[in-house]
Amino acid sequence: METLNHNIQAIPLNHYILLCSIIFSIGVIGVLIRRNAIVIFMSVELMLNSVNLLLTAFSVYRGDATGQVFVFFIMALAAAEVAVGLAIIVMIYRNTNSIDINVLNRLKW
Amino acid sequence: MNNYIWLIPVLPLAGFIINGLGRNSLSKGVIGFLGSFLILISFGISLGLFLQVKSTGVPINVTLFDWFVVGNIKFPFAFLIDQLSCLMLLIITGVGFLIHLYSVGYMKDDAGFGKFFSYLNLFVFFMLLLVMGSNYLIMFIGWEGVGLCSYLLIGFWYTNPDYADAAKKAFIMNRVGDLGFIIGIFLLISFFGSTNFADIFPNAGTAKYANAPLTLITILLFVGAVGKSAQLPLFTWLPDAMAGPTPVSALIHAATMVTAGVYMIARSNILFTLAPDTLHVVAIVGLATAVLGALIALTQTDIKKVLAYSTVSQLGYMFLGLGVGAYTGAFFHVLTHAFFKALLFLGAGSVIHAVSGEQDMRKMGGLKGKLKITFITMLIGTLAISGIPPFAGFFSKDEILAHVFTQSPAMYTIGVITAMFTSFYMFRMLYLTFYGKFRGTHEQEHHLHESPATITIPLIILAVLSTIGGFIGVPESLGGHHWLEHFLSPVFERSAAILTAAPSADQTEWILMGISVAGALAALGYAYTKYVKNSDMPVADTEERPALVDISYHKFYIDELYDTMIRKPLDTLSVFFYNVIDKLGIDGIVNGLGKGSIEASKGLRLLQTGNVGFYIFMMVVGIISILLCIVIK
Repeated sequence: METLNHNIQAIPLNHYILLCSIIFSIGVIGVLIRRNAIVIFMSVELMLNSVNLLLTAFSVYRGDATGQVFVFFIMALAAAEVAVGLAIIVMIYRNTNSIDINVLNRLKW
Repeated sequence: MNNYIWLIPVLPLAGFIINGLGRNSLSKGVIGFLGSFLILISFGISLGLFLQVKSTGVPINVTLFDWFVVGNIKFPFAFLIDQLSCLMLLIITGVGFLIHLYSVGYMKDDAGFGKFFSYLNLFVFFMLLLVMGSNYLIMFIGWEGVGLCSYLLIGFWYTNPDYADAAKKAFIMNRVGDLGFIIGIFLLISFFGSTNFADIFPNAGTAKYANAPLTLITILLFVGAVGKSAQLPLFTWLPDAMAGPTPVSALIHAATMVTAGVYMIARSNILFTLAPDTLHVVAIVGLATAVLGALIALTQTDIKKVLAYSTVSQLGYMFLGLGVGAYTGAFFHVLTHAFFKALLFLGAGSVIHAVSGEQDMRKMGGLKGKLKITFITMLIGTLAISGIPPFAGFFSKDEILAHVFTQSPAMYTIGVITAMFTSFYMFRMLYLTFYGKFRGTHEQEHHLHESPATITIPLIILAVLSTIGGFIGVPESLGGHHWLEHFLSPVFERSAAILTAAPSADQTEWILMGISVAGALAALGYAYTKYVKNSDMPVADTEERPALVDISYHKFYIDELYDTMIRKPLDTLSVFFYNVIDKLGIDGIVNGLGKGSIEASKGLRLLQTGNVGFYIFMMVVGIISILLCIVIK
């Protein structure tokens, strides 16, 4: 454990922040430009996990396990969220025979 | 006896509650008996109190409970029974009882019998509060209450819109006066720190309270009296108040309520004495009202209107008396006026009853033989109001006039001329009603009958009182003792010490009396030649009248003047407020807010395109802007 922490701390914190920002941005761009609902969903997961990664990195650097515990909670929640989200996508497919979000243009007044 | 004082006002209140609740379920006999009998008990207690005050000469103070406390100022619910208020109690309960008795006969065919008695009892309750209160606050409760009852009873036959209007007119004109009264009370509180008579009167004029603006306070109190007692310029409601049933006119608009103003000033006499300017105003207003009322009464053809204007005129006399410092004289006139004016009104009611509701004297005449008791009692009342000795009005009116003479012979002259007018129009009324031939329809003539005993008995009692009532104040110049003046002297003690009017010699007083009696007799004679010998008749409304008669008949166009000066501008103003301020302004703002939000939402909802991609994009934009906000901050 000590060595693991040591190895992690060997890489400067800036690298983690940079990596996470890149992953997060990829996620945001994916959400914005893709039309496939499943891909959008994957991008959302990407954003979520980039944040998880950052949390863990900070947690290790500060020697405080709270951050890691928190990440576990987020993962459990994310699993539930995925279940709901995928179910919605399945229903969309059944109704429209498509998972293109531009077909879903009836969410308005 | 002191333990039963609270019963005096509570009994009529109980009558009001029982009659009011049982107006549909109780029989007319029960209602009439209850309404009258409770007043009679109050009268009995009042009589006991009167005898006690008379023998001990000590005022009775009763504090029922402490009503409320504001800061350092206490407002106790307390009664003061002194010489002044116990006489008022006797008038209110005594004359009130007779009029209740009369109403049993007069109103027996009316569908609102129970309602009528409950209102009448409520009126007596408030009137008793007014005179019994030992501070201005209790007086003010009574003051407002009698105004309310007056409104309810004037508009008793409210299905007639004219009557309902008359009721509103009385109520609104009284409000004008009440405003003055209540501001006066506020000023008293702010300068004396109390509304209790016992705290104010002994301190008024002392060095500690020298800064109290007594002239302003008394003028404001007088404004209240002007409204309630129908003086210039607020008198026009009283003649219209005749729309109410005749017993109401007798009780409220002749004997008791309208004299409340006189009572209030007599009660506050020391304040007025210390403000001589106000006294002048009171005297001038009183005199002007007396003259104007008499002038209008000269040509009226409605029997109740004649009496109403005569009431206005007599009230003017009372205020004239107050204004020259003749407090005893003014109060004496309140007393005698209560007898003879109640008598005249009840007599007029009996006449109206006999001729099936007709009030126009041009359609009466020749009733002397048919209504013997009514005629004799009304003759006594007319003699009393005309100031012919030895009837009651002579003594009280002469006392006022004698005091006026010592102050201002010019005012005295006008007063005597007004007294002549009084005698003329009263006998004119009597002659037109009872002499000559009957001028109504055959059907009415067929129905002519003397009224039942419940109506004639009060008439007889009041006639007796109008005859002998003056003897309680026989002046010393006629060898009397003036019992009333001695009895009331504790109330007016301080004022009397300040107003040391030089008493005129006996001879002067005899001459003055001679003049007024001769004047009254001359006017009587003139009325006799005009209306009995020459059978002169007031012309029908369609015919032209001489200019002066026309002005008097139309009440100097004062109602029309008020209409153009006050009512019409107010109407125009309210129409303006309605159309511009309310409809355009307030409605505009409210409707504008609604319309604005509808329009704004119409534009905003286009943002919801329904495109999920767009929503997500906006979400990201939102998150980024929030982040930016945080970072920049």
